[in-house]
Amino acid sequence: MSETFTFVIDDKEIEGCFGQTILEAAEEAGVYIPRLCHLKGLTPFGSCRVCTCMVNGRAMAACTQPAAPGMIVENASERVTEIRKSLVEMLFVEGNHFCMFCERSGDCELQGLAYRFGIAAPRYPYLFPERDLDASHDDIFIDRNRCVLCGRCVRASREKDGKHVFGFVGRGPAKRVQVNAEAALAETKVAVTDEAVAACPVGAILKKRTAYRVPVGERRYDHEPIGSDIEKRRTAAAE
Amino acid sequence: MGKAKIATTSLAGCFGCHMSLLDIDERILELIELVDFDKSPIDDIKTFSGRCLVGLVEGGCCNEENVEVLKSFREHCEILISFGDCAIMGGIPAMRNTIPLQECLDEAYINGPTVYNPSGEVPNDPEIPLLLNRVYPAHEVVRIDYHLPGCPPPADTIWEALVALLSNKPLDLPYELIKYD
Amino acid sequence: MSQDHELERSVRAICQAHDRDAGRLLDIVRQVQVREGQVSGAALDLIAEELGQQRVEVEGVVSFYAFFSEEPQGRIVIRLCGDVIDRMQGAERVGKVLEDELGIRFGETTEDGLISLEWTACIGMSDQAPAALVGNVIVTQLATDAARDLVRELRKHGDPQRLVRTFGDGNNAHERVRAMVVNNIRQAGPVILAEMEKGSAIRKSVALSPAEVVRAVKTARLRGRGGAGFPTGMKWQFTRTAEGDTRYIICNADEGEPGTFKDRVILTERPHLLFEGMTIAGYAIGAEKGILYLRAEYAYLRSMLEEVLDTRREKGLLGAHICGKEGFAFDIRIQLGAGAYICGEETALISSAEGLRGDPKNRPPFPAQKGYKGCPSSVNNVETLCCVARIMDNGAGWFAQLGSECSSGTKLFSVSGDCRSPGIYELPFGTTLGELLELVGAGDAVGVQVGGPSGKMVGPADFDREFCFDDLATGGSIMVFGPERDLLEVASGFMDFFIDESCGYCTPCRVGNVLLKERLDKVRAGLADASDLDYLERLGETVRTASRCGLGQTSPNPILSTLENFRPLYEARLKSPDESLLATFDIQGALEESRGITGRDSLHFRREDGRQNSQEKGATA
Repeated sequence: MSETFTFVIDDKEIEGCFGQTILEAAEEAGVYIPRLCHLKGLTPFGSCRVCTCMVNGRAMAACTQPAAPGMIVENASERVTEIRKSLVEMLFVEGNHFCMFCERSGDCELQGLAYRFGIAAPRYPYLFPERDLDASHDDIFIDRNRCVLCGRCVRASREKDGKHVFGFVGRGPAKRVQVNAEAALAETKVAVTDEAVAACPVGAILKKRTAYRVPVGERRYDHEPIGSDIEKRRTAAAE
Repeated sequence: MGKAKIATTSLAGCFGCHMSLLDIDERILELIELVDFDKSPIDDIKTFSGRCLVGLVEGGCCNEENVEVLKSFREHCEILISFGDCAIMGGIPAMRNTIPLQECLDEAYINGPTVYNPSGEVPNDPEIPLLLNRVYPAHEVVRIDYHLPGCPPPADTIWEALVALLSNKPLDLPYELIKYD
Repeated sequence: MSQDHELERSVRAICQAHDRDAGRLLDIVRQVQVREGQVSGAALDLIAEELGQQRVEVEGVVSFYAFFSEEPQGRIVIRLCGDVIDRMQGAERVGKVLEDELGIRFGETTEDGLISLEWTACIGMSDQAPAALVGNVIVTQLATDAARDLVRELRKHGDPQRLVRTFGDGNNAHERVRAMVVNNIRQAGPVILAEMEKGSAIRKSVALSPAEVVRAVKTARLRGRGGAGFPTGMKWQFTRTAEGDTRYIICNADEGEPGTFKDRVILTERPHLLFEGMTIAGYAIGAEKGILYLRAEYAYLRSMLEEVLDTRREKGLLGAHICGKEGFAFDIRIQLGAGAYICGEETALISSAEGLRGDPKNRPPFPAQKGYKGCPSSVNNVETLCCVARIMDNGAGWFAQLGSECSSGTKLFSVSGDCRSPGIYELPFGTTLGELLELVGAGDAVGVQVGGPSGKMVGPADFDREFCFDDLATGGSIMVFGPERDLLEVASGFMDFFIDESCGYCTPCRVGNVLLKERLDKVRAGLADASDLDYLERLGETVRTASRCGLGQTSPNPILSTLENFRPLYEARLKSPDESLLATFDIQGALEESRGITGRDSLHFRREDGRQNSQEKGATA
């Protein structure tokens, strides 16, 4: 298990061990691979494709692809970044992301990715889908306008909370997150302290009465791009 | 050579982005050294007097009048900039985009809980521009050269962008100046 | 109250009949659906409780498949095939007649609760289109007057089977099939459509060691017939040597690629050959269990197939000690699908057979390592397994000399569209597209969709290309389009198909296909300029590269291949980019609703000429 090997990301040789995904090995080495559906501690999912890398010339999701000796991984190249930007833009036009009044603004991973990539406006037309909002629960609400279908709540509820509060229903563009009840969130066993609630990377699952507590200028992505914490490890190690 | 000309407009916006433009504070004096304002609510010039170097567009297009104005901006401006989230993604006005138009009008003029409208009718004067089926971001209507996101974009963002463009430099905003809120 | 009680009793009984096995969820839900005409919220709760699952998991499955419905449906569901070929042959006119006659729209149910009307994707009857599924009964060559009669008859007797007056040829007339479907076998070849003595290939196989069987298949250079062309022997080798006690052989009979119907004909006419191949595969990889994953559209064949399995059990060709071989036990069960093209993708098929949503799985692990229920599994195409039986019967050398240098054997082609003789053609690899077109009587073809929507649209410049894995690779769907067809409309229809059939798991496929279709339709409507072709190409390339499975990786093909081979069709519809408004901004369309509401025309953009009347103003300013 602890047997190590080396592989290459963007011309840098890094170490990995068997059982690690490319994303995990890279992260440990202080190389940030942008991601959205991935959350440490949850089963890798591979749905957002934001972590797409070219691995030995083929596109693969770094969050699900095991690292292997001698792999040549392209992470920060222009063509890979172009694909990722395109995917982030797709997610922006797919939902109704009104950042200007969203409680998660400044702390949102989708937004963070867009900032990191310097996206000023998406190249695709906004789809403005009709989505609903579930505010039935006393402490939590779901705004499906902002859901990116990453499945983090689904997995966290199942794997961390042992509750199965969330699941996917429908398919294709009609796919959506559903709660484990006839009608609404209030009927489920969800609690405000659930990992599933904290797992949402965007403003789709939010705690009530907690909005806008962090002032503008002090929020997670106000000054440093998403992934900076990981990249600092590399700098620190080099020094 | 005369000073470069700037035009600005607020389409389906709240003028907040224009307020942010004024928020450059005393730098407005520097700006005036660099440029003349052409068509703009700032100087209340209603029609273009000629070609402009830069056009700043606040707001998306919610009606035909917006489209008409945006079109003339594209025709008169070398560089057209969307500034603010409404121009870029429709913003608050675009919240109506998931609701049928008739329902929006009925809510606004007839059914809304705070509506006082004894006529019980939706205004329909021939002078009122027709609404579009939904609110369109500016870059879905005309070609836009640069986008300055934010609600509103920070004054510094607008300042940096204008200074760069007026001095013929590439517009390369630092990380902290691209924000969607 | 008693109704609730009745529902509870029946749902619990169905679950118990399936040993409360969550792995059989598809079968359970199907039975509930058939019995109740819906899978209601109450049924979801009951099923979840019986199976020890969560309601949302069951709901996730029910909502995934087109043949299940949470809303009440009519006792009979008419599913009219809305595929491109069917539409070319008049499906829309038929649809209109059905709507008028039933007094409902698509997606609705008649007030008396008798009939629901839906569109469905290709049901594998492109050679006898337009076609529909009425319950499980297939109705083919459905003309408008026949559609009218169909509704009247159903209203009278309510029995879809009675709509079938004459049976098709061969086993279509079998007492357990009784279908009006015809085989349309136009050219039989020596591999798939020749006769074979039952058990002959198995006897020859079990005389060898499993490793020798794998070697024979490798020597025959057999490659998968589903389209991807993976070497079968290698797949078996991986499965055989993977760690695990239990192994599975799964036959992919989820023939969903529009325009393909070869498996329908094999299942109808050569079921023994197929089961023989599956059994040999089981022997080769060390599997005791086989699963035939049969698409729901072919449910009409199920009873006959079950009978064939019974016959084979009686003859000692399935079960324990097959053909007297000590220690070789193998049996096959049929798993019915429920209307999802994505389940033709092997890992999605496995998910579905496990009773889950038909989402493809992440790879690795590959099915050969961890497939069905986490066990090493080999998923093979129907035609591939038939080849296996023939290889073992006639010899690997015999098979290898058929076909072309790079691709051995024959291939079944399902030909439909604008040609004189649509149907099934078994031809050796190496045959050119042009030769096939001549054979089918399609002299004036301007475009041919090779390999279905996920394949390519090619034009006359490619007609001399050979069918083989190194040149024109195909699962066998050949759709022919004559000079009067609008190929961009065809491409748009294919994009609709992919949007409907995407599982929605990954971003590029779920969102990208919608965006591709939006822009393609803009081009078709004359609302695009040259830059939009560039946009389509880039977006298509991103979807192709970044998608998680084969569906998304091929879904941009209708656009990318027409852009490559039929670019002038696009260019002819482009706007010149000199106007200030973007070509893609449809000002007239954007104003239409307001005109209706206000009863007046635009001040600036009058409808008559489609141009703004302030053009002059702008010029004088």
